[in-house]
Amino acid sequence: MTFVDIPVEIRTKVSISVDGEAVDVFEGDTILDACTKAGKITPVVCYGPTVTPVNACRVCVVELEGSRTLVPSCSRPVEEGMVVKTDTERVGHSRKMVLEFLATSSDVTQSNDIMGWLGDYGADLDRYDPETTERMTDEVKIEDDLYIRAYDRCVLCYKCVEACGEDAQWTFAIAMSGRGFNNRISTEFDVALPDSACVYCGNCVAVCPTNALQFKTEFDLRKMGDWRPEDQTVTRTVCSYCGVGCNLDLHVQDNQIVKVDSPMDHSITSGNLCVKGRFGYQYVQNRPTK
Amino acid sequence: MPEIAVTAATPTEAERSAVADSVVLQDPGQISFDAAGPALTFDGDRIARGGQERIFNRRHLLLPVLHDVRDAIGWLSEGAMNEIATTLQVPPAEVYGVASFYELFTFEAPTAPDALHVCDDTACRIQGANELKGELAAGGHNVHGSPCLGLCEQAPAVFVQRTGEAHVSVRSATKDSVLAALDGAMTTPVAPVPQAGEDLTLLRRVHNAAAVDYDGYVATGGYEALAKAVSMSPAEVVTHVGNAGLTGRGGAAFPTGFKWSAVAAEPGPRHLVVNADESEPGTFKDRVLMEHDPYSLIEAMTIGGYAMGAEQGWIYIRGEYPEATRSLQSAIAEARSMGMLGDDVGGHNFRFDIELRLGAGAYICGEETALLNSIEGYRGEPRNKPPFPTTNGLFGQPTAINNVETMVNVNQIMLLGGEGYAAIGTEKSTGTKLFCLSGHVARPGVYEVDYGATLRDVIALAGGPVGSLTSILMGGAAGSFIGTDMLDVPLTIEDSREHGFSLGSGVVMLLNDTVDYHDFVARIAQFFREESCGQCVPCRVGTVRQGESLLRIREKGAPIEQERRMLDDFALVMKDASICGLGHTASGAILSAIDLGLIGGRS
Ligand SMILES: Cc1cc2nc3c(=O)[nH]c(=O)nc-3n(C[C@H](O)[C@H](O)[C@H](O)COP(=O)(O)O)c2cc1C
Ligand code: SF4
Ligand code: SF4
Ligand code: SF4
Ligand code: FES
Ligand code: FES
Repeated sequence: MTFVDIPVEIRTKVSISVDGEAVDVFEGDTILDACTKAGKITPVVCYGPTVTPVNACRVCVVELEGSRTLVPSCSRPVEEGMVVKTDTERVGHSRKMVLEFLATSSDVTQSNDIMGWLGDYGADLDRYDPETTERMTDEVKIEDDLYIRAYDRCVLCYKCVEACGEDAQWTFAIAMSGRGFNNRISTEFDVALPDSACVYCGNCVAVCPTNALQFKTEFDLRKMGDWRPEDQTVTRTVCSYCGVGCNLDLHVQDNQIVKVDSPMDHSITSGNLCVKGRFGYQYVQNRPTK
Repeated sequence: MPEIAVTAATPTEAERSAVADSVVLQDPGQISFDAAGPALTFDGDRIARGGQERIFNRRHLLLPVLHDVRDAIGWLSEGAMNEIATTLQVPPAEVYGVASFYELFTFEAPTAPDALHVCDDTACRIQGANELKGELAAGGHNVHGSPCLGLCEQAPAVFVQRTGEAHVSVRSATKDSVLAALDGAMTTPVAPVPQAGEDLTLLRRVHNAAAVDYDGYVATGGYEALAKAVSMSPAEVVTHVGNAGLTGRGGAAFPTGFKWSAVAAEPGPRHLVVNADESEPGTFKDRVLMEHDPYSLIEAMTIGGYAMGAEQGWIYIRGEYPEATRSLQSAIAEARSMGMLGDDVGGHNFRFDIELRLGAGAYICGEETALLNSIEGYRGEPRNKPPFPTTNGLFGQPTAINNVETMVNVNQIMLLGGEGYAAIGTEKSTGTKLFCLSGHVARPGVYEVDYGATLRDVIALAGGPVGSLTSILMGGAAGSFIGTDMLDVPLTIEDSREHGFSLGSGVVMLLNDTVDYHDFVARIAQFFREESCGQCVPCRVGTVRQGESLLRIREKGAPIEQERRMLDDFALVMKDASICGLGHTASGAILSAIDLGLIGGRS
């Protein structure tokens, strides 16, 4: 018989000030956690609850007393006595500019969050002359029947890379390639997905904030103008393929499964699935054809 | 880690043996330090290792192996990268992600085996670089435009990246001299230091050809500083560096003593990394030191290793510095054979050795944390700070990173003592400083003066301007233009700051009334656009947008007020919200050019 030491987590309380209000959080929490606790709504793009923050988008920045530059709230751990400001002109400016930069470079129209923040922060996209403003113009990659990659929608948030790599899948089929504005998420040598190391777990699709990665079912329905989230039902069930017991959320439109995901806060999956649970649902809806 | 899955492409025999040779060549003895963190013992029996450890063990060989394969074959094919992926156990998508980050690697069979990287950056641009580039391209050569090659005092410059042969830099290049290099002509660097005399300290050996050999170095006072250092305790050495008031010469002017004592206070193993990536347009001082006085850097590093208890030293040199690389390679080998590097340095009872690593064409790898990632075999993307390298540096271990010139000053501090050194220069800017004079100046080159000399003094040393001076670019692309009204400002950290500019890496580029400033400033914008790592949104997009704004001013006659508002908005978000110094400084030169009325006119 082996005994396992179950570590008792002792978390030290840390008190910081957010916009003049004292907030108690725990050591190891981030400024973002404290802001959320103080009731602030912070825009985030590259942050996700299930992936390690790479703090690349910088839309979540806040003012921190004593720091020359703004700091990314999503990845800065709290320290006792920090004085944080979120409602200043400087913070507003940087957030607005990051949003303008995102929206003038990529097609963010399928991200409800970003579209909402553009309005909230007063982004002015009209001042960018379309003729001289370079965008990502990649053609959509349709290489199989499971999911598509539309990198003209990509905001290079690294979330899919993290999900494919150390945060979930450990497959490392995609990575950032190139440099600067030519950065692209890419398979090895940019080969087509079926030729790459991809195992089609779809965990990258699940974390993509802009729908650059999209299930083929959704992509096809959108193309036909028939993607209707408001008419969809979501049914939670348990995957029947193996003993892990992942929770599945089946998104159903017109009595057809159109998307499968798993709750991000689920203790087993953290939103991740394998190819069987994610894509192996056809048998459920093989109805006799008359 | 699952098995590495690669695509169907297979390497050729030549590629396979290039990879194998390279892995064997990476001198295993040099890379063995027992690490508390990711295990990093690379001692030859690599096949026996498994799992995580195996991967951490070999990842840091990625960049050296990519170099070796490119140099043997001329480019990186899918099959070659698959072979590298399986040999080093790095996922192929990451091999490609890392390789495609660097300018010196290409992924299609080239039209000619040797690539010509023709500098078309600031100083070369005003000395006919574009014409030279056009001529060479017309001749059917494999020509690439290049950012500053660190040879601005001998503009125009070309880096000849050969295949199967040693790389060469061609200085004061003409079509003929470039063709000769393609035929195998080598370059013997000539010290571009018009100053001479006894009062030079950092530059005292650059005219002494014998000093590039061990005996010549020792005969000119070499290793006296180390003898002084080991007569003290390591902590005393650190104290002297602190008392000397030495500040970083890489651009940020951070007090070196703070850095060293922070690293010394951390538990080992510790690293000392020298930043020889010198890629700031207009900067070439470190190259001159390394080409002509390599031992002074090795000696200073050895003192640093002793002082901080760092057993492993690293030099990260830019890939476009072939002559400086060869000079350091032979000096390191000779120092090792003389027992001045290794398990018992000079019989002084401490271990220190140096590993030389080559960059591959990426300005951003000069940023200290990007540099660390590059050595570790990752993309040269800066890390978020904190934590700082002093606690979490190379392989997560405590690391001091210093510029070449900063390091070499340590010898002088040992010889003079901290207080003695602090007596040179001004109260806040101590010691001597190297300035890189280029552009429209009579005798371009590296000049050494005490901190506190005025800009006018330094320009006079270099024989004065050529033509009618209209502005001076201080600190390089990351610096700013200043007007001729600043000539009497003493060149110190405090005075320059007070006058709104920065000495940065010591660039003093003179520009006269023949300069097409629109074109010149557009090249600076292009530099930042191409050199941004692209990791964070403010800089990845901001550097592109500011270039577009300049284009509108120049080619579409867009109203300057309107573009200026946009440029200010871009500048502020880059300054406030970018991750690293590249984004923070990417708009300074452009805005200063508008402020001075050099572009856009003052309406
Ligand atoms: C984009 C960028 C490029 C840099 N390039 C260099 C370089 O080529 N050489 C260098 O010594 N420092 C460079 N630095 C500064 C380094 O980050 C670091 O501050 C320096 O190496 C520390 O050494 P020092 O204190 O001796 O100056 C660069 C910084 C940035 C942001
Ligand atoms: S594809 Fe999606 S998840 Fe991946 S980097 Fe782009 S926006 Fe982020
Ligand atoms: S999704 Fe995959 S891992 Fe999860 S229960 Fe189904 S088959 Fe098992
Ligand atoms: S500021 Fe620019 S170079 Fe620095 S991390 Fe951000 S994108 Fe990369
Ligand atoms: S959400 Fe914090 S940097 Fe992207
Ligand atoms: S070498 Fe060409 S600008 Fe420096």
